[in-house]
Amino acid sequence: MVSHFAFDVAHMLAGLIVLASLTMLYQDRLTALINVLAGQSLLLAASVAWQGHLQGSAELYLTAALALGFKAIAIPWALRALVIRLGLHREIETVAGIGPTMLAGMGLIALSMEVMLPVTDAVDPVARQDIALALSVVLIGLLIMVTRRNAASQVVGFLSIDNGISLAATGARGMPLVVEISVAFSVLVACIVIGIFLFRIRERFDTVDLGALDASRGERAR
Amino acid sequence: MELIAALAVQGAQMALVLAAAPLLTGLVRKVKARWQRRRGASVIQPYRDLRRLLGKEVVLAESASWLFRAAPYGIFAFTWVATALVPTFATGLIFSWTGDLIVIVALLGAARFLLTLAGMDIGTAFGGIGASREVMIAALAEPAMLMIIVSLALLAGSSQLGTIARVMASGALGLRVSLALALVAFVIVAIAENARIPVDNPATHLELTMVHEAMVLEYSGRHLAMIELAASLKLLATMAIIGCVFVPAGLAAGGAGPAAYAVGLAAFAAKLAAGAILLGTFETAIAKMRVFRVPNLLGGALMLGLLATLLLFVSRGL
Repeated sequence: MVSHFAFDVAHMLAGLIVLASLTMLYQDRLTALINVLAGQSLLLAASVAWQGHLQGSAELYLTAALALGFKAIAIPWALRALVIRLGLHREIETVAGIGPTMLAGMGLIALSMEVMLPVTDAVDPVARQDIALALSVVLIGLLIMVTRRNAASQVVGFLSIDNGISLAATGARGMPLVVEISVAFSVLVACIVIGIFLFRIRERFDTVDLGALDASRGERAR
Repeated sequence: MELIAALAVQGAQMALVLAAAPLLTGLVRKVKARWQRRRGASVIQPYRDLRRLLGKEVVLAESASWLFRAAPYGIFAFTWVATALVPTFATGLIFSWTGDLIVIVALLGAARFLLTLAGMDIGTAFGGIGASREVMIAALAEPAMLMIIVSLALLAGSSQLGTIARVMASGALGLRVSLALALVAFVIVAIAENARIPVDNPATHLELTMVHEAMVLEYSGRHLAMIELAASLKLLATMAIIGCVFVPAGLAAGGAGPAAYAVGLAAFAAKLAAGAILLGTFETAIAKMRVFRVPNLLGGALMLGLLATLLLFVSRGL
């Protein structure tokens, strides 16, 4: 059983990660969105490091360092460069308004607690709350991808899903380091692939608004 | 004898909030003036303003009904009672059992209801637009306020301010992210309720975006004095709530004796001064928001309040 203080710190970090997810739903500027993603990754690194401290595991420290290096510094930096090259500093359009989206986000948090808390009754409390909150981060990441039409902000949503998965993984003991590293690298590869895709989409349609893809049936764009 | 002493302390609390409210407003104005590199009016200027207004004759519009004349006293009474119920220097006073957060919010809401009615009574365009905006802001701020109350009540096991303050002061709650979220949400709601800068500008009569001033534009003389005093009291009430819930240091327990009360008074004065300086600095640093962006701000407060409540369900001890 962990001490009250240890649990409170873990709870605070996980709660702040969820708050960062909601802030992403709220943001309507792409550069600010990327900044929030970087902040969320930073909080994730802190949370993983705290777990490493609690479980006395050196591997988790390595995971935290990976999260800090890749997710909090390298990927946001690359995304920012990409956004500047694509000239996307203007407002990004959301499908629904901010209000309904935020309410949907709160609903998803409530839903993930409703689903997760009854089935994880026997788990230790830190892992339990980490898993419940991680599920809500994943769901909100999906919601970001659904409500945004801009391909670059969909990438941000995808990366926040990955943050949620990492949060769940660190709560559960015994996630092998190999898996951790391979996930980190596959996210990096996915980022590169998506970056190339963004340029291809823009070359072809003169925009990164994915609404333009709806009408495409594969023939040459007019 | 004990009853008389308890009543005296409660009466002292009611007199204290009434006497301190204009000073708080004066201090906020002074801080803002200093940040703008003006010397600014003296901190006791609001008292002089009140005396001047009380001495002036009341100019009434021809279309004014009895409601217009009665409303200022009702607004003042509701606000004064609400403010007097907030623990300022001590908890557990004789009327402390009525000091429930929901009651205080309801009293302030009743005062707001009277103010909007009075704003529309004369039938001028400004009164109407001010009233409609005030109600829009209130409709967005109240749900956020209720979520904050729910999260506080879940933590403390009661929505009574005295009990909440005792639980907070005992340190049994530890480090809570929900409390931080609730504090931020409460500050946003308080700024909207008190018509402070990102939502409304209390220092101007000449702006098309004004809310509170638009409603009281037709008031003069002692009526205006009542409304100004009520606005000062409301500011003091919000700061006192923040002080007793989030910074309960120095609060005396009920019946603790004069020495503890003196410590509580000093702590209360320090909290108010700190709040006035923070508010003045914040108002200087930030720009007025467009009225149509206010819903986003208050929606943010609602979201923070909801999140604070939801996070409690995965936290320790619930």
